[in-house]
Amino acid sequence: MSVRDEARGRFERALRSGRPVVTCEITSPDGVDVDGVRKRARLVRDHVDAVNVPDNTGGFVHASPLASCVILLEEGVDPIMHMTCRDRNRMALQSDLLAAALLGVRNVLCLTGDHMIGGDHPQAKPVYDIDSTQLVALATILAREGRYLSGRPIKPPPDLFPGAAENPFAPPYEFRPRRLGKKIEAGARFVQTQIVFNVDRFAEFMGRVRDLGLDRRVPILAGVAPIRSAKAAVHMRDNVPGMEVPDRLIRRMEQAGEKKARREEEGIQVCVEIIEDLRKIPGLAGFHLMPIMWEQAVAEISRRARLRPATAPPDVRTEPESSEPATVPVAAAPRSGAVTLTPDS
Amino acid sequence: MIPKHDLPAPLEGFARLLRRHPVATRELNRAIAPFENLSKTLVFGCNMCGQCILHETGMTCPMNCPKQLRNGPCGGVRMNGHCEVKPEMPCVWTKAERRSHIFPWRSAILRIQPPLDWRLKGSSAVVNMLAAPWDDHEGTE
Repeated sequence: MSVRDEARGRFERALRSGRPVVTCEITSPDGVDVDGVRKRARLVRDHVDAVNVPDNTGGFVHASPLASCVILLEEGVDPIMHMTCRDRNRMALQSDLLAAALLGVRNVLCLTGDHMIGGDHPQAKPVYDIDSTQLVALATILAREGRYLSGRPIKPPPDLFPGAAENPFAPPYEFRPRRLGKKIEAGARFVQTQIVFNVDRFAEFMGRVRDLGLDRRVPILAGVAPIRSAKAAVHMRDNVPGMEVPDRLIRRMEQAGEKKARREEEGIQVCVEIIEDLRKIPGLAGFHLMPIMWEQAVAEISRRARLRPATAPPDVRTEPESSEPATVPVAAAPRSGAVTLTPDS
Repeated sequence: MIPKHDLPAPLEGFARLLRRHPVATRELNRAIAPFENLSKTLVFGCNMCGQCILHETGMTCPMNCPKQLRNGPCGGVRMNGHCEVKPEMPCVWTKAERRSHIFPWRSAILRIQPPLDWRLKGSSAVVNMLAAPWDDHEGTE
């Protein structure tokens, strides 16, 4: 099996293994920098089951995530392509979903998309022809029913693994779990959440999610991120809509001082502590790391928080180039029922 | 795609009549649309999408959302419940969610809304609901 075939579908295998899954997001290239993408992929690939590539994050133009995803596949990483409804109507979305499937990218995270008002092209026409829930349904129709939205059959249909996101930290809080339920109803196969800084609010959200039985229907990965400085934390709180950064966290980052090594160390420590707190919440299937432009932190966070990819072989950290068959990782009996997130010993 | 409604019996008869006479229906739509536009714009800030789901979204028009989301709020709602794009405007969906509790059919907000049919923009949603134009074309090529 080639590196590509080995990587493809690794994420779904990880989710099926019943062991805690780790994913992470890498920055999309700001220029035409193939080596940059490869470098970032190599920084994280041994620590995760899949890697997300965002789609014009924050309304800033980057290369289409599909290109990065194909490079990730070549590096032996199973990519998760973000797809937003901001820039494309339902025709373009369908053709891009098919293009992704043609190139071997099957995991798609269906998002509404940050509005361009906060990006570098605020003059652009917002598209939003369909919304994220409808995009999940669309990917499901293409893959499962093998037809376009028009009803015309697709032969052969694309192999897609659509996922959805939820932000428990934006009002209306009571509606968030039910909105997640809608997305799961529409066909979402996995869920990744917004970055958790306020663990209490997240625990409340997960309580409702468990009441609705959603955690038993799809795996939910909690988003976590290391903060680099107090300034970055304040920026996130004030300028990134839908991000909740508690004051005590900002104070803690301020106390770490201005020295780079010291504050970065503190940022990683905070992130690890949040992961430990999240492990106590039932119903989570794993973690999604979002080291915004700081891929180097992933290795350190994994080490300290004892995160392991679900698809890693039992002892040594996996080398994606190795010819280990995919069945090796589940040598230990797969966990069943409610998944808790204590690392495998 | 027009949301499917179960019509009360007397209306069902009228709807059948409309479906039998597409030309007359088109004219009726043209005649009614301006009045529907005026009244619904005044009361609900209607955008005349022609596929009204006001009653399912707590009588709050989701088309006033800058992203025109019909299935719920985006992840960018501010902590004060205001819009990511227009900070001075309360999020359409925080209002919709709050108001939806008033109605006996409050769980309608959980129905997955199909993508809009942009051909119906500007036409009368009432006539569309009864006559279901384009319905025969749905799902065919």
